[in-house]
Amino acid sequence: MELLVKIGQREIIIPDSVFNVWLVALVLIIFAIVVNKKIKEASIDEKPSSFLNIVELMVELVQSLVKSTMGEQNLGFAPYIFTLFFFLITANLFGLTGLTPPTSDYSVTFSLALITFALSQYWLFKNAGGLKGYLKGYTEPMAFLTPLNVIGDLANPVSLSFRLFGNIMGGGIIMTLLYSALGYFAPIVTAPLHIYFDIFSGVLQAFIFTMLSMIFIGGAEA
Amino acid sequence: MLQGISNEAFVLGCSAIGAGLAMIAGLGPGIGQGIAAGKGAEAVGRQPEAQGDITRTMLLGQAVAETTGIYSLVIAIILLFVQPLLAGL
Repeated sequence: MELLVKIGQREIIIPDSVFNVWLVALVLIIFAIVVNKKIKEASIDEKPSSFLNIVELMVELVQSLVKSTMGEQNLGFAPYIFTLFFFLITANLFGLTGLTPPTSDYSVTFSLALITFALSQYWLFKNAGGLKGYLKGYTEPMAFLTPLNVIGDLANPVSLSFRLFGNIMGGGIIMTLLYSALGYFAPIVTAPLHIYFDIFSGVLQAFIFTMLSMIFIGGAEA
Repeated sequence: MLQGISNEAFVLGCSAIGAGLAMIAGLGPGIGQGIAAGKGAEAVGRQPEAQGDITRTMLLGQAVAETTGIYSLVIAIILLFVQPLLAGL
């Protein structure tokens, strides 16, 4: 749903994809509050409830993933990876409700990729020990390769965000074309395609986005 | 034959042709992903106990190989829906 914000004379249209980002964030915040409340009420003598069991399973899954790709010492990144992973899964599966999935807007995926980019650059900077070492890192192994190194670093967030955006957007366009072409007979064909484009592709792309984020951050951190 | 065609229509038609041509790039990732999947199947056949690791590595490699195809898709989408060439008229 589109929003129209009026500030004085100017009208700002907030597209529905951006509005849906807020919806996804709201869902995740409510989820976090509920989990926080339940985990504080739980006593260690009793067996955990089924809801908490699933949450523990999810946390352990992400932690083992972070351990195997980034190493034991980088377990501090696990909360960020967890948030990224479940934000993306919720956002990609949003298409199933009939609303626009937020990740079909390039601004959403690019801002997510920029967070990863900033994190990896921060760690590069910190490990190089100041500006001089950081800039020197780009001249390796030879000085004339500097433009290549810079472009290679800048291409990471672009390719990362385009991959997610292209997959979700492309799936959405194919579904829209099919729905408009087939009319009333569309549900016969589109149901299995929803499984592929929305569920399989959505979960896979969320996984790949977080996996590549881990590799970029881990590569800069190590 | 081209007489009586407006500039806008000509640019739009050429944009559609360009978008279609851009999607030829879909060939490359298709072949690459197929090779990766075949090698993955071979690896699982040789070492069935490592299936989880093999599947994860394969999917990650396929996603990276897909990038070129996604670039062409983005160019096709921009040509069709954003129509940047119309601004040059």
